[in-house]
This record gives sequence, structure tokens and C-alpha cells, in this order.
Amino acid sequence: MGENKIIELKNIAVSFDGEPVLKNLDLSISDGEFVTLLGPSGCGKTTTLRIIGGFVEPDEGDVFFDGKRVNDLPAHKRTVNTIFQRYALFPHLNVYENVAFGMRVQKKPNDEIKETVARMLKLVNLVGFEKRSVSTLSGGQQQRVAIARALANNPRVLLLDEPLAALDLKLRKDMQTELKNIQKSLGISFIYVTHDQEEALSMSDTVVVMNNGEIQQIGTPQDIYNEPKNAFVADFIGESNILDGVMIQDYLVEFFGRQFSCLDAGFEPNEPVDVVIRPEDIDIVEPVKGTLTGKVTNVTFKGVHYETIVDFKGFKWLIQTTDYYPVGSVIGIVLNPEDIHIMKKSEYSGMFGDYSSYSEEFDELGDPEAGLAEDAGEGEE
Amino acid sequence: MKTLSKIYNGIIFTFLYAPIVVLIVYSFNDSKNRVQWGGFTLDWYRDLFSNELILESLAVTLQIAVLAAIISTVIGTMAAVGIFNMNGRLRRAMESLNNIPMVNPEIVTGISMMLMFVAIYRATGLLQPGFATLLIAHITFCIPYVVLQVMPKLRQMNKHMYEAALDLGCTPFAAFFKVVLPEIMPGVITGALMAFTMSLDDFVISYFNSGSTAQNLSVTIYSMTKKPVTPEVNALSTLMFGSVLILLVIVNARQVRDLKKQKERR
Ligand SMILES: Nc1ncnc2c1ncn2[C@@H]1O[C@H](COP(=O)(O)OP(=O)(O)OP(=O)(O)O)[C@@H](O)[C@H]1O
Ligand SMILES: [Mg+2]
Repeated sequence: MGENKIIELKNIAVSFDGEPVLKNLDLSISDGEFVTLLGPSGCGKTTTLRIIGGFVEPDEGDVFFDGKRVNDLPAHKRTVNTIFQRYALFPHLNVYENVAFGMRVQKKPNDEIKETVARMLKLVNLVGFEKRSVSTLSGGQQQRVAIARALANNPRVLLLDEPLAALDLKLRKDMQTELKNIQKSLGISFIYVTHDQEEALSMSDTVVVMNNGEIQQIGTPQDIYNEPKNAFVADFIGESNILDGVMIQDYLVEFFGRQFSCLDAGFEPNEPVDVVIRPEDIDIVEPVKGTLTGKVTNVTFKGVHYETIVDFKGFKWLIQTTDYYPVGSVIGIVLNPEDIHIMKKSEYSGMFGDYSSYSEEFDELGDPEAGLAEDAGEGEE
Repeated sequence: MKTLSKIYNGIIFTFLYAPIVVLIVYSFNDSKNRVQWGGFTLDWYRDLFSNELILESLAVTLQIAVLAAIISTVIGTMAAVGIFNMNGRLRRAMESLNNIPMVNPEIVTGISMMLMFVAIYRATGLLQPGFATLLIAHITFCIPYVVLQVMPKLRQMNKHMYEAALDLGCTPFAAFFKVVLPEIMPGVITGALMAFTMSLDDFVISYFNSGSTAQNLSVTIYSMTKKPVTPEVNALSTLMFGSVLILLVIVNARQVRDLKKQKERR
């Protein structure tokens, strides 16, 4: 991955019909980097991509390609190519002509076009489909044509807007691997939009978590998962138990009326904080050996593990365990310093990470109102 | 029940088409007398094609229809694209505005245009009633039909297709011709056929806007009927009926085929 910034967005703001959609967005993308924009529906991912592609003009802020300001450069002159959310192939052209489209526009010689189309179709595993009409292709095949068509233009950056959203799970997994391989072998940058956190974590060099038109956190998949910046990120990326705590001093945090050592530092003495504990990091032990004891209230079998809801003094935690503990049994848990992650309080504090309203059809975002009310009542104990 | 509805249908179609059948039959009638059947003849058709006045107005009709179809198709297509790209409220307003001329009584359209042309002529000396005014009038009333045919095609188009063309390096102009136009082409062609048919068909608006220098067939026929009607008129009307019928069948067949194609794509 090169160090030079191939694309930079500075202080971008956009609103549609008076509704702010992006606020103060800063983002830079390096040469050869795989960057994923991740966030819930409507958070502004597509809009961000369209600003880079030149289809939306920001109200404020600047877009730079290779250090040059390109705000006024129209889409057709930009050196990026896009895979649109619904492919947008040209139905009146066959596969060959779809892939050749960009090169025909540039008036490339026929030999070169022929050679490139062949190379691209090989890259996306569609050799022999040249003469097929695109409307006779399956979703996965159409997607490959869209990829070949964009890559045939030899872009330095490829923008992909939820390219796999319409495919079934198995095909999606295969295409994820293929896309990643294509990106690596060509050495170009991908800016990839998705709302699937697993996809984001497994494919990216850098994940950009967005919500409500604002970037919540930028980091490697490991950073984002292990060191979420706020309750939103912690909750959106994987499952998290999020508790109210107080940072007594560096490396020492208090919650549930007990003190735990942790690996975090740099907070004010006695600063209120959010404490994140991932459900898979919690070790279950016999009640007498546990630092905390609780009662199992719900168990769901998920294949690789059981999702066990445990009630600790009225606050319910989600614990993922390979051992089965029946409802009603009392268990103890042990928390190691590396299992505890401390976050500064944010606007999202108290909105996520409480499993009191847990049900089998548990919805990722839960009900923030309910979360708030319960927290206020029980966090003080 | 079934036979009843068949009879009912039969009656309706008889009322609708009996006069035309009579017209067609008399166009082959070898007798000047309008009530008597005097045997089969093609004389009236022969006379028709040696009648200078009729041939001249046939030429005018065809020229007007071709030109009006081409020009209104170009303008109507551009208008449809323009309206389609407007947002929300304005777009709906423009769409209803487009529908008004189609439901407006033809006589109102015809007279208002005539008044406008006269006013322009008085003020500037331009646009004396004649070929030009007739053509402009025809273009004007054809445009809404073209817009109406093109609009649904734009709606069906994947809206990212135009952007994809830009993305691949097309100028907005090239993107329209390479990607948007081929997509909406079926609508454009149907629109052009409709415009051609409407123009061939029109009498009322032509009557008010043709002046004395350029008369199309329908106006000529009308003036012929003021004198005692000759069976030539029957022959001419039969031919016009036949051509419009063929055009309408083509337009309908295209629309049916389009519908089928759409279903297949789903
Ligand atoms: N052209 C537009 N006109 C008006 N509002 C728009 C327009 N484009 C986007 N929006 C609004 O901006 C917000 C962000 O939209 P955007 O498409 O960027 O979201 P997204 O993160 O891509 O969501 P999704 O995951 O559903 O695709 C949404 O509330 C959307 O309704
Ligand atoms: Mg989107």
C-alpha cells in the first residue's frame, strides 16, 4: 500500500432539501488501499461515493485527487470508475460491448479493445460469454460484467456501492474473496460501501464507520472491533455489552460497585465512561470462583456457540459460550484486563449494549428508548 | 349471457363501422347516383389520381405529416427528458400541462392558433397562413403525444445507466445518444408513428391554419363536399381510412410487443 493520498475529502457537507446528509466529513484514501464505508441505511455512504464519482456536488468542502482540487471536474473526466448499486449494465449491448464501452468512448484501437476485454472477462471468470445479451445473465454474472466493465477503463480507484447486496449468501462469500483477490492483484484502491459488518471486517484494510452523515471511527478492522470509539461503533460492529463505569485512575475502572484492572489510560480521575465487554471474551466459572455472579435467563443455540443471557443485578449481559448453561442456573464470570475496553462518553452512551429487551429475533439496533430508561434506573447500583 | 354480449358487441360495431363500409362500397360503385349499385369499378380511384387538386393536397399532407412527425419527435423527446429530470412538484406540474392540449377540444386549439398566427402576421408580416403555419400547428399538437410515449420509457430505465455512461468517460451528450436514446427508442418510434398518424388524420386544426396556399387532404375533401359530392371523395376517404388503420395497427402491435418484452425482463 502506497503512502501517497490518492483521494482526499476535506470538510465535506451536503444537504438535500435542507436536510443535512453529510456533515464535516474528512477522509483520505491511499494508493492501493481497500477502504470500506460501513453504516446503517441512510447514513450517507452512497452520497459519499457519489461525491467522489462526481455525481453529487458538495455544498461545502473540497475533493482532491492526487492533491489537485477536483470539485469542478465533471464525472466523465474523473479517473475513478463506479460499480452501481444495481449494476446499470447497458441492456442494448452484449457482454463484449458492455465491457468495451469505456474503451470505445476513448477511441482505443480495436486490437487493444479485443485484448483488454478478453483479459477482463478472464479476470471475472466469464470467458465464453462475449456474445450473450446481458439481460439473459444471472445476478452474479451481471455483477461480474459490471466489474469487468469498470476495470477495463483501468481506473486507479474503483468505487463499489453494495455490489454484492443482491446476491445470495453463498455467492456473496465467493464474490467477496474474488473481489479481494482482484483488488490485490491489480494493486488499485477500492472504496467499498456496505452495511454488512462482517463483509467490512473481512475484506478491508481500513473501515470507515458512519452514522447520521458523520464518521464515527476510521481504523483497521482490528482497531474498529477491539477499540471501538463509542457505543455506536461497539454495537454496530459485532455484539457488545456496554455498561456505565467510572475510571478511577489509569488502568483501573469501577462498575457494578467493583473495581477491575484494565489496559486503558489517559482519562481524567473519576471520569464517567462506557465500558465494553464483548460476549465472546467472558469466561464462565463456578459461582464461588467468579468476580461477578448472575442467573441465566435465556439461552439460544447458534451453531458455533450458545447465546446466553445472564442477569447481573438486574442488568442483562449477552455471553457467547460453547458450554450449555440451562435457564435458571447461577454462574460466575471472570473478566481479564484485556477483555475490558473503555470508551469516552458520547451522544450514544446508554443507547446500546443492554440486552434486557433481548428476544430471539433480536434486532441489531434494538430499541434505544427502552435501553435509555433501563440504564438510568439500574446503572447506579 | 355469452350470446347476448356477442349480439351487443355486434350492434356496437355495426353502428361504428357501417358508415365506413358503406363509404368503401360506394367507392367501387359504377354509378353517379348515390343510392343505386351500378356494378364494380375502379374509375373513381383512377379519377382520383388524375385530379390535380387532390394530388397536390396529398403531397402537402404527406410532407406535413413527415415533417411534423420528425420535428415533433425531436422536440417531444427532448421535452420528455427535460421534464423527467425535473424534481417532484415541477415535474408533476409539467406532466399535467402536457396532457391539457390532448383533452382540449380541437376547435379551440385550431382557432387559438389561427388567432396567434394572424396576430403575428399583422405585427411582423411573417407567417402568412400557408404551409408554414400548417406545419407549426401540426408539430404543436403532435408534441404531447410524443412526450406521452417517451415518458414511460424513461421511467422504466435504470436511472444509474446514464451515470454509468458518464462514469465510463462519455460526455453528457454522448451518454444520451449512446445509452439513453437506445433505451427509450421504442417509445420514440411509437411516438413518431403516433405523430404521423395524428397529422394525417387531422381536419379541424388544419382547417383553421392552412390558408389558401397549402391545403391538406382533409381540408380539400371538405371543400369538395360543399359542391355536390362526387364518388371520388369516397375513394379518397377509403384510402385515408385504410392508411390510418394500418398505422394504428402498427402502433398497437409495437405496444403489445413492448409489454411482452418488459414482462420477460422481470
Ligand atoms: N437525490 C437525493 N435527494 C434527496 N435526498 C437524498 C438524495 N440522495 C440521498 N438522499 C437522502 O440522503 C440520505 C443518505 O442517503 P444515502 O443514499 O447516501 O444513504 P446510504 O448510506 O447509501 O443508505 P443505503 O444503505 O440505504 O443505501 C438519505 O436520508 C436519503 O434519503
Ligand atoms: Mg446506498
